[in-house]
Amino acid sequence: MKYLFKLRSYLKPYIWQILLNMLILLSVTGLSLVVPQIIQGVIDQGLQAGETAFLIRSALILVCIGTFTAVLNLGQRYLTEWIGAHMGYDLRNAMYDRIQYLSFTYHDHSTTGQLINRCIEDVRAVQSFAGDSLVQIVQLSVLSVGVVAVLVSRNPWLAAVALVPLVPMVMMTTDFGQRITRLFYVVDNTLGDLSAQLQENVSGVQVVRSFARESHEIDRFDQINRSYFNARIKVLSEWSKVMPTTNLLITMGTILILMVGGPLVIQGKMTVGELVAFNAYLLMLSGPVQQLAWLVNAIGESEAGAQRVLEILEHKVEVQSPVGAISFTNLSGRVEFRSVSLRYRDERSDALSGIDLTVEPNQLIALIGQTGSGKTSLVNLIPRFYDVSEGAVLVDGVDVRHADLASLRRNIGVVLQTSLLFSDTIRENISYGRSGATDEEIFAAAKAAQAHDFIIKFADGYQTAVGERGVTLSGGQRQRIAIARALLMNPRILILDDSTSSVDTQTEKLIQEALDQLMEGRTTFVIAHRLATVRRADLILVMADGRIVQRGRHAELLSQGGLYKEIYDLQLRQQNQMLEDEELEAGLLLKQGVTDPVKGRRSSDWSLS
Amino acid sequence: MLVAQKITPPDYVTQSEEQYDKSVNPKTAKRLVAYARPYMGRLILSTGLMLIASAASVAGPYFVKIAIDSGINASNTILLRSTILAYLAISVIQWVGTYYRVNIMAWVGQSIIFDLRKKLFAHLQELSLGFYSRYSVGRVITRAINDVETLRDFLTWAVLAIARDVFTLALIIFVMLDMDLHLALLTFSVLPIMVLITILFRRASRSAYRKARAAISWVNSVLAENVNGVRVVQAFSRQQQNYEHFRDYVNRYHLERAIVTARISSVFSPSVDLLGAIATGLVVWFGGTAVLGQTITAGVLVAFILYIDRFFEPIRDLSRRYDALQSTMIGWERIMGLMDTPVEVQDAPQAKELPVIHGAVTFNHVSFHYSDDPAPILTDIDLHIHPGETVALVGETGAGKTTLVKLLSRFHDPTEGHILVDGYDLQSVTQLSLRKQMGVVLQDPFLFNGSVAENIRFGRLSATNIDIESVAKAVGAHEFIISLRNGYGTSVEEGGVMLSVGQRQLLSFARALLADPQILILDEATSSVDTQTEQIIQKALIRLLKGRTSFVIAHRLSTITNADRIVVIHDGKIVEQGTHAQLLIKHAMYYDLYRTGFQE
Repeated sequence: MKYLFKLRSYLKPYIWQILLNMLILLSVTGLSLVVPQIIQGVIDQGLQAGETAFLIRSALILVCIGTFTAVLNLGQRYLTEWIGAHMGYDLRNAMYDRIQYLSFTYHDHSTTGQLINRCIEDVRAVQSFAGDSLVQIVQLSVLSVGVVAVLVSRNPWLAAVALVPLVPMVMMTTDFGQRITRLFYVVDNTLGDLSAQLQENVSGVQVVRSFARESHEIDRFDQINRSYFNARIKVLSEWSKVMPTTNLLITMGTILILMVGGPLVIQGKMTVGELVAFNAYLLMLSGPVQQLAWLVNAIGESEAGAQRVLEILEHKVEVQSPVGAISFTNLSGRVEFRSVSLRYRDERSDALSGIDLTVEPNQLIALIGQTGSGKTSLVNLIPRFYDVSEGAVLVDGVDVRHADLASLRRNIGVVLQTSLLFSDTIRENISYGRSGATDEEIFAAAKAAQAHDFIIKFADGYQTAVGERGVTLSGGQRQRIAIARALLMNPRILILDDSTSSVDTQTEKLIQEALDQLMEGRTTFVIAHRLATVRRADLILVMADGRIVQRGRHAELLSQGGLYKEIYDLQLRQQNQMLEDEELEAGLLLKQGVTDPVKGRRSSDWSLS
Repeated sequence: MLVAQKITPPDYVTQSEEQYDKSVNPKTAKRLVAYARPYMGRLILSTGLMLIASAASVAGPYFVKIAIDSGINASNTILLRSTILAYLAISVIQWVGTYYRVNIMAWVGQSIIFDLRKKLFAHLQELSLGFYSRYSVGRVITRAINDVETLRDFLTWAVLAIARDVFTLALIIFVMLDMDLHLALLTFSVLPIMVLITILFRRASRSAYRKARAAISWVNSVLAENVNGVRVVQAFSRQQQNYEHFRDYVNRYHLERAIVTARISSVFSPSVDLLGAIATGLVVWFGGTAVLGQTITAGVLVAFILYIDRFFEPIRDLSRRYDALQSTMIGWERIMGLMDTPVEVQDAPQAKELPVIHGAVTFNHVSFHYSDDPAPILTDIDLHIHPGETVALVGETGAGKTTLVKLLSRFHDPTEGHILVDGYDLQSVTQLSLRKQMGVVLQDPFLFNGSVAENIRFGRLSATNIDIESVAKAVGAHEFIISLRNGYGTSVEEGGVMLSVGQRQLLSFARALLADPQILILDEATSSVDTQTEQIIQKALIRLLKGRTSFVIAHRLSTITNADRIVVIHDGKIVEQGTHAQLLIKHAMYYDLYRTGFQE
C-alpha cells in the first residue's frame, strides 16, 4: 500500500468524516448484536410470563433499533460516497493542474487517452479506497481481533488448533494482494492504451477513411481489446482461486475442531456445549474472512490506480520558475543564445548545437533551412518550452531559467505551426492570453490579423462557437484567429512559426502587410520558406542539421554563396520559369488583341534583390 | 463549502442528457440479452455450478450436526471420522464449483465486453465525418471506455449475485409460507411499501444518474481538449485560469452530481433495513400474541424471527445491486445511443465493387449543404474531368474547394446531383472499393502512434520495406528518416509531435504515393515544406501525376500553371475553368487573383 500511503495527505481534510464513518460502522455492528438478546428476552420473559405489554414494548424497541440502524446506515453510505467524491475532486484538480504544467518533453512522450484515463478511472479506484476500504479495514480488524480474543479466552489450546488454517490464509492473502496489484496495474495500463487507440482513431478519422484502412484499424483495436480481455481474465482467475479457498480454510477450522475436540468430548475432557459454542464463534470469522478477500482485491485495484495517479502527480515539472525568479515587467526584447545545444530526451543526436546569437530589440530575424534543420527547436527555447542541454538562452540579459515563466511567456507571442483553437466562442479564443481584453482591443487584433471580416460574417459574430458543436473553420481561418490571439498579447517578442502556410495567397498578402506593421517595435522571429519575407530581415539565419551555417543580411549572404545562394537560385529558377510562361502568355494575349498584358507586374514582387 | 451558484454545463453536455430523457426505451435492456446469447450455454453451466456450490454450503452445518449428535455424543469415533471426511469432500466440491463458476462467469462477462467494444469500434469506423465534427473525442471515450467499464463491473459481479439472491429469496418465501401462512403474509405486508419506494427511487435516480454520466463526459471533453492543446495553454500562460475553470465548474459539477446521487442512493438501501425492522416488530407483536393465544408454538415464532432476517438479507443485497443496475443502464442507454447513430454515408444495399478505374470524374449539377445548416456550401457544380487530367482548384479560403474534394472521396453525399467516376455513380459503389483507388494528402498531416515505416505502410499494408524506402526516396523523405534515431523503425509519438510539420507532410506524401491511387487529391499539401524539399516533391509529383487524375488545391503558381485545367471557385460556385492562358485572356476572376495574389 505504499502508493496509497503516499496519497495520505489527500485524506487529511476529511479525517473527521472518516473517523465519524468508522464510528457509525462500529455502532451498527454493535446494534446488530443487541437484537438477538431482545428476541431472547421476548422468548424467555414475554412468552413464558405471558405479558402482552412486554411483547409490545419489545416490538417497539425492535422497530426503534431498526429505525436507528437505518439512519446510521444512511449516514454511513452517504459519508462513504461523500468522502470518496471529495477526495476524487481534490485529486483530479491536482492532476489537472500538474498536467498543465508538465513540460513539452513530457507531453511529447505521453498520449492523451492515457492521461484522461488516469484522471477518471484511476482516480475512481483511489477514491473507493478512501470511502469504502479504509473504513472496512477498521471494521474487519475490530471484528477479527474480538472473535480471536473470545476463542483464546474460552480454550487457548483448541483455539490454537482451530486458527491453524488462518496462517496459510494470511500468507495467501498477502501474496494475493501483491500479485493482484501488479495485475491491476497491467489492466489499467491496457485500458489506457485502449483509450489512446480510440483517441487516435477518432482524431485521425479522415486519414483512416481516405486510405480505406478501417479494417486495419479494427484489427489494431482488436489486439488491444484482446490484451485487455486477457488482463482482466488474469485478475479474475487469481480471484477465483482465492475466494473459494478462504471459505475452504474456514471450513478446515471447523473440521479441525471436530477432529481434535470430538475425541476430547468422547474422553470427557470437554462438554458438547462447549464444542458447539466454540464452533459457533469460529463461524463468526467466516464473514470477515470472506470480506477480507474482497477487501484485498479492492485495495489492490486502488493501489494500482494510486500508482498511476502518482506517476502524474510526482512527475517532476522539468521546466518551472525557480525560487526567487526574476519577473519581467518592461521587456526590451533583447535575446541572446550562448553556445546553446539541445538534445531531446531519448534522442541520439543533438537537435541544436553551438548556437550563438545576439538579437537586439526590435530586430526581425528570419530562420530558413530544410525541414527538420532545427528552426522550430531554436525558437521554442525563447519562451522556454524546452530547457537547453548546454549553454544558456537570455532574454534582456536574464537566463530564461531564472525568469518567472508566466511573466516571460506573457511577453512573447507565439503562433505555432498548427493552429489549435478551443471549444469556445471566437471572442474567448482571441482573448485566450488576456481574458480582461476589451471588445475594442479584440476587434483591433482581429482586424490586424485579417480575421475581423470573416468573423462578422457569422450570424453570431464574435460570439460564434467554434470546435465541438460549433462552426467548422477552414485552416486559414483558424490560423488568422491564432494570429489575432498572439497579437492581442501585445508581446515584445513575436514568434511566427510558418504561420501563413495554409491561407490562400490573397489572404496571405493581407496578413503579411498586417504583420509587417506589427513587427515594428517588436523583436520578431519568423520561420518562413519564402524568400520574399526573408529578404527584409535584419538578420537571416540559415540552418542545417541543428547549426547556424550562415548568417547575415540578404545581400551579404547572397555574395557569400553557400546554402543561402542555393536556396535563392532554386527559387529564382522557379521564378524565371514562371516569367517565361508569362512572356509566352503575354505573347498569346497580344496575339489575341488583349491590350493590357500583365507583363512587368511581377518583377517587383518576385525579385529578391 | 459549495459555491452557491448553479453550474450549467455547456449545451453539448446537456443535449445528450435530454436526448435520453425523452426516450426511455425498454428495448435497450433487452438488447443486452442479445449480447449474452452466444454464451447461453456457459451461463447455464455457471448457474448450475452456483446451485451445486450453494447446496454444498447449505449442507455443511448438517454434517456438523451429524458429527456431534451421532459421532461425538454416541462416542462413535469411526462415524465421527467418516463424517468429517464427507464434510471435507463436500467442502472441496464447493471449492471446485465456485472456482469454475467464477472463471466461467469471468470469461462470459469479459467476452460480452470484448464483443461490445469491438462492435462499437467497428461502428465508429462507419460513422460519417459529419458525426465527428459534432461529437468530441472526449465523449467517444466516455462511451466506449467509462460507460462500458461500468457495465463490465456490473456483469462481473452483479449478475450472478442477483441470480443467487432471487434463488435464496424464493426458497425462503416457500419455507415461510410453509411454516405459518398468517405470519408469512404479515411479513410480506411491508413489501408493497418496498415496491413504492423502489418506484420513487427509480424516478429520482434516473435523472440524477444521467446527469452524473454527463458530468463525466464533460470532464473527459475538457481534459481531452486541454491535453491536446497543452502547448498553447503554456505558451499563453493560461494554466491558472484553466485550473480555476476546471476546479470551480467542470470538476465541481462532477462533484455536485456525485453528491446528489449519493444522497439518493444512501436513502434507498437503509429503507430496506427499516422495513425489515418493522416486519420483525409486527411478527413479535402479533406472533407473540398468537403464542399466548396458543395458536402457534414458541418454536415457530423463534424460527420465524430468524427467517425474517434471512428474508431481508437478499432484498438488501438486491437493493444495493439495483443502485448499480440504475447507473449501468444509464451508461448502457448511452452506449446504445451511440451504436444507433445512423451512418449518414452508407453503402447502398446493392452497392457494387468499383472495378479498376481509369479516372474519369464527372460532377453532375452537384450541390451541397450540411444537414444541420441550410446555407449552401456548393451550388450546381458541373465538371467533367478526363482520366489523367491534373485539375487545380483555385479560390479564396472558404470558397468550397475542400468540400468539393471531400464529396469526391464520398465523405459526404451531395444534397443534389451526382458524382460519377468512370460513369459509376459514387452512391452505387462501395466506399471501400472507391477509396482504395484514391489517394488523399490533407492540410494537417496526421501520423499515428507507431514507427515511421508503419506510418508509410498505412498506404498499402502489403508493401515491403523496399517499397517503403523507394517511395520515401521519391518524395525526398528518405534522408531525414535515416538520420532519425532508429531510421525507419523510429517511433512517431501521438500526433507526430517529434517531427516538424514539413517532415510530417513528407511522410503523409510517401504514404499516399505508396497507395498508388488512380485519383489523387492534394489539399495544400506542400505549403509547409521548405523550398528545397518542395523542389524534390515537385519533381516526384510530375512523375506521380502522370497517368493519374489529380485534384490539387494549391496556392503556388507553379502548381497552378502546370495544371491541365484550372477551376476557379467562388462562394461555392464554379466561376471559370480552363488553362492558365485561357483564363488570363478572359480577364475575369482568375486574372484578378493572378494579378493581386499568386506569389511564392
